[in-house]
Amino acid sequence: MLVNEFLLLGAILFCIGVYGVIARKNAVMVLMSIELILNSVNINLLAFDRLHGGSDGNVFALYIIAVAAAEVGVGLAMVLLIYRNRKSISLDELSEMKG
Amino acid sequence: MVLATDIQVAQNIGFGIIAAIMVLCAVAVVAARNVVRAALALVMVMAGAAAQYVLLAAEFVAVTQVLVYIGAVMVLFLFGVMLTRAKLGAEAELNNKNWAWGIPVALVMFVVMAWALVDGFEDTRLGGTVGDAAPQDTAVISDLIFKPYVLPFWALSFVLLAAVIGAIVLARKD
Repeated sequence: MLVNEFLLLGAILFCIGVYGVIARKNAVMVLMSIELILNSVNINLLAFDRLHGGSDGNVFALYIIAVAAAEVGVGLAMVLLIYRNRKSISLDELSEMKG
Repeated sequence: MVLATDIQVAQNIGFGIIAAIMVLCAVAVVAARNVVRAALALVMVMAGAAAQYVLLAAEFVAVTQVLVYIGAVMVLFLFGVMLTRAKLGAEAELNNKNWAWGIPVALVMFVVMAWALVDGFEDTRLGGTVGDAAPQDTAVISDLIFKPYVLPFWALSFVLLAAVIGAIVLARKD
């Protein structure tokens, strides 16, 4: 199999995720799009790992999975806090951090 | 010279089917008008990614993907959806006002990346035959984690600890 098949699949998923981050207003949906991006990076890492015949890419992919789990936990806790304070999780209403 | 055994028809067909399902479900994630439906499409993308990892002979990562993403992260997402939303029906306001700007940005990004990849890797083949490759030995991975990559492993355990404590502090009612 060509390495490009996996790399192009990763590129497509990455771009769909970037579109989701730009287009979505709901904070939970933005977090889901970030998960898409992280998965595409994992596919890339494992494809390169397979190409070069080591096992380092597997370790990087496992670390990315762990960091993504931590990120989702903290992100959803923040979304919950924002929802409790404002009864809304739409991101364009959160403008208090503007100077 | 390309031998018939190098083409690997079965693996390519499997890859194509799974990749098509993944792309369709990823589009559903960013286009769905219902949050729960988007979360379920995300499950399909994660499962497809796990299948691609198996195709890349990375079984341990595939199993971890199923455990952590499909098991834990999706439950977190569904809890997040249910706790921040009174009703489970369609939402009118999931997108920004100027969401259409995302389409040209994503398209330009994809064209640039695809051009760079096709130009750079042309038809480089993955080493050996993908289907018959020896599975990545889990012992090798654990040797890597606990010998050369032990410092990032420590850092990662602190990150996870901080994330757990941070999530509790943020989300508790007081």
